[in-house]
Order: sequence, then C-alpha cells, then structure tokens
Amino acid sequence: MTKQHANWSPYDNNGGSCVAIAGADYCVIAADTRMSTGYNILTRDYSKISQLAEKCVMASSGFQADVKALQKVLSARHLTYQHQHNKQMSCPAMAQLLSNTLYYKRFFPYYAFNVLGGLDKGMVGYSSQGSGSTLIMPSLDNQLKSPSPLLLPAVDAVTPLSEAEAVDLVKSVFASATERDIYTGDKVEIQWSS
Amino acid sequence: MEGVAESQRTLYPYVTGSSVVAIKYKDGILMAADMGGSYGSTLRYKSVERIKPIGKHSLLGASGEISDFQEILRYLDELILYDNMWDDGNSLGPKEVHNYLTRVMYNRRNKFNPLWNALVLGGVKNGQKYLGMVNMIGINFEDNHVATGLGNHLARPILRDEWHENLTFEEGVKLLEKCMRVLLYRDRSAVNKIQISKITDEGATAFPPFSLKTYWEFSAFKNPTVGAEGSW
Repeated sequence: MTKQHANWSPYDNNGGSCVAIAGADYCVIAADTRMSTGYNILTRDYSKISQLAEKCVMASSGFQADVKALQKVLSARHLTYQHQHNKQMSCPAMAQLLSNTLYYKRFFPYYAFNVLGGLDKGMVGYSSQGSGSTLIMPSLDNQLKSPSPLLLPAVDAVTPLSEAEAVDLVKSVFASATERDIYTGDKVEIQWSS
Repeated sequence: MEGVAESQRTLYPYVTGSSVVAIKYKDGILMAADMGGSYGSTLRYKSVERIKPIGKHSLLGASGEISDFQEILRYLDELILYDNMWDDGNSLGPKEVHNYLTRVMYNRRNKFNPLWNALVLGGVKNGQKYLGMVNMIGINFEDNHVATGLGNHLARPILRDEWHENLTFEEGVKLLEKCMRVLLYRDRSAVNKIQISKITDEGATAFPPFSLKTYWEFSAFKNPTVGAEGSW
C-alpha cells in the first residue's frame, strides 16, 4: 500500500476570469464573482476586483488566499508611496510594482492571474486572464486587434471603441465564457472610469 | 525529506471532526456539527465539542484535526484576554476574529506547517450578522450559509434551495437538522450525536446534544448490492 492518509497542497485554484479594455479616454475592468474549488462552488458572490489607487484597478483570479495577500501587499505599498510622494501612484508605476512583487516570490509564487487597468495618458490596450481567458482572449483579439502589426502605414494597435461598446463587448465575452468554463459564472462585476 | 525531517509538523491529521454547517437566520447565526472524533476511519471519540463561543460576539466551528482546533482555541483565548486588558470597552467582533484566523491559517500554510482545519466563524455584533469560513490553506469568504467538508457537497445544495433571509429560529433549526440528517446517512464519519449552537445580539447559547430520528428500513438500505453483479 502507498498512501493511507489525507494529503495537502499549499495551493488551490479557485478559478475566475478577468478582462480589461482601455480606450483613449476610458478603462473598463471586469471579473466574474464565482469562487470554486474543484467541482464545488464555495460562494457565488466574491469580488475579485480591487481598487489599488484612484486611477488604478486590479482584477485577480487564481488562488484566493494568495490573491488576498497580493492585494494587501500592493495596498500597503501604495499607502507608503502616498506618504513618501504625496500623490497617487500612476498606472505604469503600479504595473511595475505588481511585476516586482510577483517576481519577489518567484520561488514560492503567488498563484494569481491579474489584469491591471486604469487611466493614464490615453494609453490603450486590452487583456484577459484567469480560467476563462482561453475562451475570452480570441474574441477580444477578433474584435479589437488590428489586422497586422506589419501594415504600412502603421494602424492603431487597438480598434477604437466607444466606452458603451467596450462595456457591451465585456458583457458578451463573459456571457460566452460562462457557457463553457465551469469556473466562470454567477455574476460579472464591471468597473469603468473615464 | 532531508532538512525537513528535523522539524515536527502536521503531515496528516490524526483525530478529525466531520462537517460543520452554519446559516444566518432572522436574529443571528445557527451552527450545527456532530460530536464524532475519527481516528483515521475509526470512530474513536463520540463526545467532542466542535462548536465553541469566542469572546462576546462569535461562535467558532471546526472540522479537521481536533488538536489543531484546540491550539486555535488557545490562540483565541489569549487574543481575547489581551484585548480585554485594554479595558477600553471595546471587544473583538466576529469580523475581527475571522480576519485574525484568516491570517493565522495563511501564515501557517506559508510555513508549510498548516493547521489542519476548515473553520466556520459566525457572530453578531451591534445587530450586524456575520458568517464566514477559512480553510487550512487560507481560503476565506463570507456567505449567508456555509458548510465544511462533505457538507459542501451534501448540505449546501439544500441550503441554496431552502435558505432565505427571514428564517425564524425554529425554521433554521429544522433546516440544519435536514442537512445533518443527509450527512448522517451519507457521511461515514458522521455520528448521531449533534450539537446546535446559536448566537444573537444577546450572546451565544449552546443547546444540549441530541440525536436525529432516522429510518433505515428502505429496501435499498437493507441489501444495497442486490442486482449489482460482481459486488460483494
């Protein structure tokens, strides 16, 4: 006989999908509110979105306990940043901090899949992370990506959408992901700023 | 196991408790658990209290390793005591206790030395009801009803169907009894000695242990493998 007793892992995957779309003058960020473990649903109303700074929002999925710890570290670091610089952190600064914070734990990683969004000098882009990202990302590419980065003259990397159109797109990609991904569902929380 | 072999840690649980089920109801929180303590698959102890009041406003229920639960109770006793010594009229509510437990559990998993439990924390403070869960690796959340272990599979579907905000005490107890009965029939480590506790703004009350009425005379129970060829 081999194993006769319960075993444990320091990780779990609690699922969830995150999406963000940034236009020139707005940013939409969204995540579902389901939290699962295996085939169980732990709760149907868990917010994965965290407001890190005035103009910086992060949606995270993966291992809930790590996500919570990561959000707490970033919020604490942002608080000291405010005390030291007397201003809110910018989005690229927060992105760099997120990157460094994740790499700091390279050998005992935060099992967290994050999308960071916010308003910053009209930067545009879109992304999806989490359990449904394999279903969502191709749709976003199809709707938003320019035909080819090699085209001359260069075209915008992202198809310009109005804010309302972006929110509608987010709703429809979540509607699709919910159909096929058991870890995505129940509700979508959508935050936008402009 | 080099390097690790020097230190002692829980690598697997010894004496374990089964599911805990808890719900919000009109005036507060109701929590139920059986009193079994399993030694592996042997039902070794039959009178283990797995629901305890914490401070003035909270109830803590635990499944998993009983000795780790007792260690957690000692941590909480100390926490409540030191908080009391400020003598400032403040007291820790369920939200604070739950948050503390969350950090303790997650810290221990970070040290690869987990407290082998799934904990349910319920309470009422200033008319505000609170019900949450934490497990051995630090996953935590709040909900209107929660259950640990097999309760997640068997009790929560019932709760999702039948729970509502305005359950009276009697209705709440009835609902918990329904859940505990299903668990008693289907969870091999459940025993028919159940405790229900409640907590309201007036404080915690632990009701005396009781047994559920069961009915085992269904023909499917009598000879479950008839017609299942190749089974014993």
